[in-house]
Order: sequence, then C-alpha cells, then structure tokens
Amino acid sequence: MLGSSTQPGRSDGELQENTLSVEISDSLSEREKVKFTVITKTTLPGFEKPEFKVVRQHEEFVWLQDRFEENEEYAGYIIPPAPPRPDFDSSREKLQKLGEGEGNMTKEEFSKMKQELEAEYLATFKRTVAMHETFLGRFACHPVFRNDHNFRVFLSYDEELSVRGKNKKEFFGSLIKSFGQSTDEVLLSATQKDVDEFFDTQRNFLIDYHSHLKDGTGKSDKMTNIHKNVADSYRKISSELLQLATIDSNELEKFLTKVAEALEKARKVEYRVASDEELKLSDTLRYYMKDTSAAKNLLYRRRRCLANYETANKNLDKARAKNREVGAAEQAQQEACDKFEAMSAKAKEELVDFKKRRVEAFKKNLIDLTELEIKHSKAQIQVLSSAIQSLKDELSV
Amino acid sequence: MSDEVDTVQNLNVPEIDHSKRNGATDDEDDIFKSAMESPMTDSERTLHGDDEIDLNDDDDDIDSSVGVSSSQSGLPPDVNHDINNDFAKNHVGDNHQTNDHSKQDQSKPYEEEPPQNRQGTSEGIGGSKPQIEEDDDVPSDPSQYIKISVTDPQKQGEGMSTFIVYRVTTRTNIALFRRKEFAVWRRFSDFLGLHYKIAEKYLKKGRIVPPAPEKNMIGTTKIKMSGQGENAGPTGTMTQGDFVERRRASLERFLNRVGSNPVLRVDPDFRDFLEIDTDLPKATSTSAFSGAGVVRLFNKVGETVNKISYRMDEADPWFEERIQNIEALENQLRKVHTSIELLVAYRRDLAAATGNFSKSAAILSNAEEHTGLARALAQLSDVEDKVEQMHTDQANSDYYLFSELFRDYISLIGCVKDVFHERVKAYQTLQHAQQTLNKKREAKAKLELQVKTDKLAQAREEVVEWEAKVERSQAEFDSISNVIKKELELFETTRVKEFKKVILKYLESLLTHQQDLLKYWEAFLPEAKAVV
Repeated sequence: MLGSSTQPGRSDGELQENTLSVEISDSLSEREKVKFTVITKTTLPGFEKPEFKVVRQHEEFVWLQDRFEENEEYAGYIIPPAPPRPDFDSSREKLQKLGEGEGNMTKEEFSKMKQELEAEYLATFKRTVAMHETFLGRFACHPVFRNDHNFRVFLSYDEELSVRGKNKKEFFGSLIKSFGQSTDEVLLSATQKDVDEFFDTQRNFLIDYHSHLKDGTGKSDKMTNIHKNVADSYRKISSELLQLATIDSNELEKFLTKVAEALEKARKVEYRVASDEELKLSDTLRYYMKDTSAAKNLLYRRRRCLANYETANKNLDKARAKNREVGAAEQAQQEACDKFEAMSAKAKEELVDFKKRRVEAFKKNLIDLTELEIKHSKAQIQVLSSAIQSLKDELSV
Repeated sequence: MSDEVDTVQNLNVPEIDHSKRNGATDDEDDIFKSAMESPMTDSERTLHGDDEIDLNDDDDDIDSSVGVSSSQSGLPPDVNHDINNDFAKNHVGDNHQTNDHSKQDQSKPYEEEPPQNRQGTSEGIGGSKPQIEEDDDVPSDPSQYIKISVTDPQKQGEGMSTFIVYRVTTRTNIALFRRKEFAVWRRFSDFLGLHYKIAEKYLKKGRIVPPAPEKNMIGTTKIKMSGQGENAGPTGTMTQGDFVERRRASLERFLNRVGSNPVLRVDPDFRDFLEIDTDLPKATSTSAFSGAGVVRLFNKVGETVNKISYRMDEADPWFEERIQNIEALENQLRKVHTSIELLVAYRRDLAAATGNFSKSAAILSNAEEHTGLARALAQLSDVEDKVEQMHTDQANSDYYLFSELFRDYISLIGCVKDVFHERVKAYQTLQHAQQTLNKKREAKAKLELQVKTDKLAQAREEVVEWEAKVERSQAEFDSISNVIKKELELFETTRVKEFKKVILKYLESLLTHQQDLLKYWEAFLPEAKAVV
C-alpha cells in the first residue's frame, strides 16, 4: 500500500491505545456505481463503538476530500489527494460484447474470454481498492486529521451520506478558484522572496519533481498498455494455431496444439506482469505526483499567508504613521504573524513527513514490484520449459 | 572485386555480443577469415577442401538453419548456439536421435548426416513411407548432404548502380560437385536468374520449385541511396540493416531448399551457381523493367485467366483432396502469419516504450533528493534499459524465426499450387490431343467411305500422328501426376520437420529471454531493499 494506513499493532489484532485502523474489505461494482466496504477498528475515545462497518461509494470519498480541502484550519497541512474514479468502462464493454457474442462462440472460446475478463476485472479492482484504502489511511495516521468530525462520520455513520457530486455552479466555482490560485501563484513568485532557505529549496524541488513524476507516470502507463497488447497477440496466435492444427491432421496436429496451449498460458502470465506493473509502478508514480501537487499547494497557501502577514505589517506602519487605529492594526499584525508562524511550523513538519512517506512508499513498491516480476518470470520459465520438454519428447519418440 | 569494396559492418540494429557464440561458428570464422575482405581465390579454397567436416560442427550447424542466419550476420545465432549448448548438455541423446530419424527421408533439409551414427530405425519422423521411390536418374543415398550458407553481404558499385554481393559457401559430399567445400560471390539477380532457369526446366515436370526470394524495390532503393554506415533507423521501421539481413536469410533458405530436393540439387545450373567462381552472366531477363519481364507479365495474366476459367475433370480423388487441403492450409497459414506480424509490431513498440520509461526513471533519479532512493531509481532505470534490449532481441526472434517461417510456407504453397496447375495444363493438352485425334479418325472414316484415295493416305498419317501425340500427352500427364505425388510427400515431410524445428527454436528463444529477465530483476532486488 502507498503509505501506512495503520499504527503498529494492527496485525496481531490486539489493539494498543490510540490506534485507528481502516481497511477496505470488499468492493462491488454496480452499473455506474462502485461501492467499498470500509472496516474501522479503533481504541480512540470519541468513537461510539470499537468497530464499524460501512459501505461507501466513490463519490463519498471525493466529498470527504473536499471537506478537508475547504477547511481553513487545515491550511498548514498537505491535504491527501482524492483517489481516482474507478474505471471499469472497458471491462464493462467487453462484458457486453461477450454477452452478445455468446451464441457465435464455441464453448471453449467463451470460457476463455470469460476468464480473461475476470482477470481484468480483478486487476482493476485491486488497483482501485488500494488507492481508496491508501487515501483513508492518510487520515487515520495523521494526528490532527484522524480527529476530524467529517472523517469520523465517514467511518461510522451507518447510512448513506447522501452527498451529491458538485453541481454545475460549484464545479465552476472550484474551477475558478484554481485559476485564481495559479495566477496568484505567479504573482507571488514574481514579487515575493522567501527568506527561509528550507522552503525555497523545497519549492524548487517540488516543482521539478512533480514534472518528472508526471512524465514518468505517462511513460509507465504507455509501457504497461503496450505490454497488454503483446499479451493479447499471444492469444490470437494461439487460437489461429489451434485452427491450423485441425487442418493439419498429420503429426503437426498434436505439436501445434501443444504450442497453442503454451502460448495461451504464457499470455496469462504476461498479462499479470503488465497489471502488476500498473499496480506497483504506474500507480505509485501517479499517487506521488498528486501528493507532490498537494505539497505544492501547501507551499502556495503558506506564501499567501506570508503575503497577508506582510500586508498586515504595512498596514501597521501606515497606522502608526497616521496614528490612527494603531491598536487594531497591531492586533491584526499579531494575528497574521502568529498564523504565519504556526503555518510555517506545521508545513515544515508536513514536508519532512512527506519525504519520509515518499521514500518508504517507493521502497516498498519497488520491492513488491521486483518480487512480482521475479515470481512471474519464474512462472513463465516453467510454462516454456515444460512445453519445450514435452515437444522434444514427442520428437524423439 | 574492385578495390572499392566496403564492408558493411554492423548491419543489424541490435548489437550482438559475438563472444557468446560457441562451437562451429568459431571454426567457420577461422576457415574463412582470410576471405573477409575479398572473395576466395581458388588456392585459398582448396586449403580446406579435403578436410572432413568436424562432427561437432555438424551438431551445432544442424540446429542453425531455417530462417536463422549463420555466424557473420549475427542475429539469432546467439540464441541458437547458446541454446544448443544448454540443451546439448542435457539432451545429447535427443540430438543424435533426431539425426537418425531424419536419415530415413530422402532429403535432410539443412542437416548433415554424421555417417557413423546410422541406425536402421523403421519409423521416420515425417513421411508414411520410409523410402521414397526416386526417379531413375537420381540414386537415393541417405548419407548424402549439401549445406549452403549465405554470408557477408558487401556493397559494391557506386550511386545508382550499387548492389550487394553475398558469399555463398557450400559443404557437400555429393560426388557430382568438384570439391567438398567451396565458396563464391553472388548478387541478388544471380539468385533470381537461377530460380528462373530451374523453374523453366522443372516446373512442367511437376517438381515443386522453391519460390524466388522477394524483390523489394523500397529496400533496394534504400541501399542505393544511402551512404555507408547508415544503419540505425527509427525503431519499428525496416532499417537498411534489417532489409539486408532479411534478404540474406531468405536467400540462404532458398538455396538450401533447392539443395534438399534430390533432383534439383544435382541440376547443372544449380551446380554452376554454387561452384563457378567467376561472376555469372548478368541475368537481365529477371530485371523488373526488361523486355523479358514484360513478356513474363503478359504470360502471367494469361495463366491467371486460364486458372480461373478452366475446370478440370478430376478423376483422381487423391488430387481432389490434396488441392482442397492445400487451399485450406494456405488460408490458415495467412491468418497465423498476420497475427504473428501483429506481435512483432507490438513487441517493438514495447521495447521503445520501455526505453522511454528507462530514460524517465533516470531523470527522476537525478531529481530525487534522497540519495538512497535516487540510487535505487537509477538502478531501476538500468534494469529497464536491459529489458528494452531484451524486448528488441525477442522481437527479432519473433520476426526472423516465427514470422518468416510462415511467410516462407505461404510462398511455398503458392509454388505447390503452380505445380498443380502445370498438371492441369498437361491435362488440357491431353484433352486437346484426344479431341483432335477423334476428329482425324472421323475424317479418315469419312474418306474411307468416299473412297478418295489421295487424301486418305494423308488422313491415315494424321491419325497415326495424333495417336502418337495422345500417347505422349498421356504419358506426360501420368508422369507429372506421379512426380507431383512424390514431391508433395517430400514437401509434407519437410514441412512437418521444419515447422517442428523452427517453432521449437522459437520457444527456446522465448525461454532464454525470460531467463535473462529473471536475472535482471533478481539483481535489482537487493538494491531496492537497500534503500534506507
């Protein structure tokens, strides 16, 4: 998983004090809606029960993220990015085609296609469950977020949250907000100078890193997609060879049939390689691209805060010069100062934590990826060696 | 050869590590190293002329055949020879057994017989009849072999008259040849000329003549236009190097197929092609734009019309069944070939995409602030780079082994159909002769009734003449029918063997690459774990 979702002690089932563990045990795709079963185990005070089980739709996850994003109190934190919408469209299309074409196919072909489709569904499920679980895990670990009211409601409220997606007005509203942010950012970067070296380097690093992650994600996606195409072409060759075998009623029949079977098995393994690469490599890059973006947003908010602080200073000077409303100005300035310093402190922690989280996640996923590659490679070797052996045995009979 | 011979090195896109080659190829290098830059002179050639071929060479060579280049051009041979050694270590028995069985058939495509391993096994691999009855002219001796390799493509000439010559090396123990080992230089039009001559002589008799190597105007033009050393092209497209390698491999297969036919292999034109060490007279009739070419085109059109319009009354169920079978086979082979071509394209794309990702990972590693992770990312980039190379190599195997096998057989089946058509033509001739004979007999009978003695003599002569013609046509028809039956059996036997051998080789290449892949990832695992 990307980032730890639980405190230590989860695996034993014995919960220590102050633990909050969240996991998604199940997932269901119903026409357009994807539902997740969220199981919470906790020893934290403030929860009515030690365990909860609720069913949440993807839209409710998005709703939760919006609540955090909008909350001014959390301006000093990196807001976890929302999980992407589960995409079962292509699988659904294939299912439809399968249903329509059932009459035309042989029983074998049909069951083969059904198996393939199941594998695809499973792979997509794995990915989307992982991403939704990671999302929740971020809140569960965070010392401040885990106590958020909305979060707790999300975890514990039995019935549907009745959230609706953003309507047009709200959608445009948030669009305009993000435009505003971009232009503001440009303005700030032109006029503002960050005295604090830490934040300056961080900002440059994050901008750079974000663009590289974006590039890496794109290239990784392309690679895994083409890999699936390669696997697909094995299937075509296999079925054409089977046809050839029926025409070739001499010795080639058995030979070609065995080859076709070997290719079909090889296809399955190749497909798994591609989908595991998606899960461990592409998705990791994608997640941290988004997280880096969230970190950039934090830095923006901080700079905005700094700008406000500077404005408050100027106002104070002006007030002192005119000797009017000095008290109010002083208070405003003090508040702005406190706000800024608090935010800076939190932001620094967050960024340090971000780095730690990132390195851990990359390490874990690289290890997982490699172990899976090794596993599949061995499986593929097994398929090919036994096929070759069997064919050679036939030759020497 | 002129002084301006430029050796075309590194024709192939992937850099093959030649140090991986084992066995025979090293010997081959030694034998012909002196001839690298220029064709062999007579004296050089006879140096090794009388040596017995080392038996170990044979074993390795046996597996380095169809669709696979020999040492110098360096593509799949690595796959070959590594696999040979891996599997040779474990399956030495199998190798020898395969040799024994193949002896039962008349021709051993691309295989040499180690004479002392003869065992009288009754079951051959292919062919229902262990010994195929041969024509009277050619004695059938299973210990005979001929193996030909086409190597060392070199550019000659300048500008628009640039062409490539290939070295054609033959090893044989067939007595009709002057030596046991010899080499000559030939250009592509020479091959076409040879094919033309053989087809002219033998097609009518029902022999299946292997198809001529393809002309490819685009590839040829590329060679004429480009300068030296221009090898790399955008990934996924046919580079000049690919083109030459593909042609070289197909020329080699062509010659070996001719060599595997017991009748064709001793044809004087074929022997001259292999043996005569001067340049052959230019085969202008094969040129695309020659007058002869235009005539051929017309003839072809006429034949096609004939094929469509004439319906033969098939008396022999064997032929009827075989024609249908051949058609079905051709269709299905085309389908398989198309799906393999798709695989090749996708795999080349995958190689490119992997390469791009590798670069991206390297950039990411540079940007990464955490040194441990940066190192791991750099190593990931390295792994992906190796994976890219592996995909490229595999795509080449996909192409040169798997895809070309099917393409070859699609053309070969075209030749089989040609031969069937020749039989139809012979039948037409027979029909026509018979009809004419009947007319002449009627005419004679009429004249006999009318008692016109002057014309009667002539009519009698004509009847006799046409009786003879009918007899001849019938004999020819029967002969071609018999020859076709034998040729087809030979064809089927060869096909079964070749398919098995090449497809097995292809699977082995898949296996080798997968083993490489495993090594790369296993090496990376400790690196990933080492991130602190």
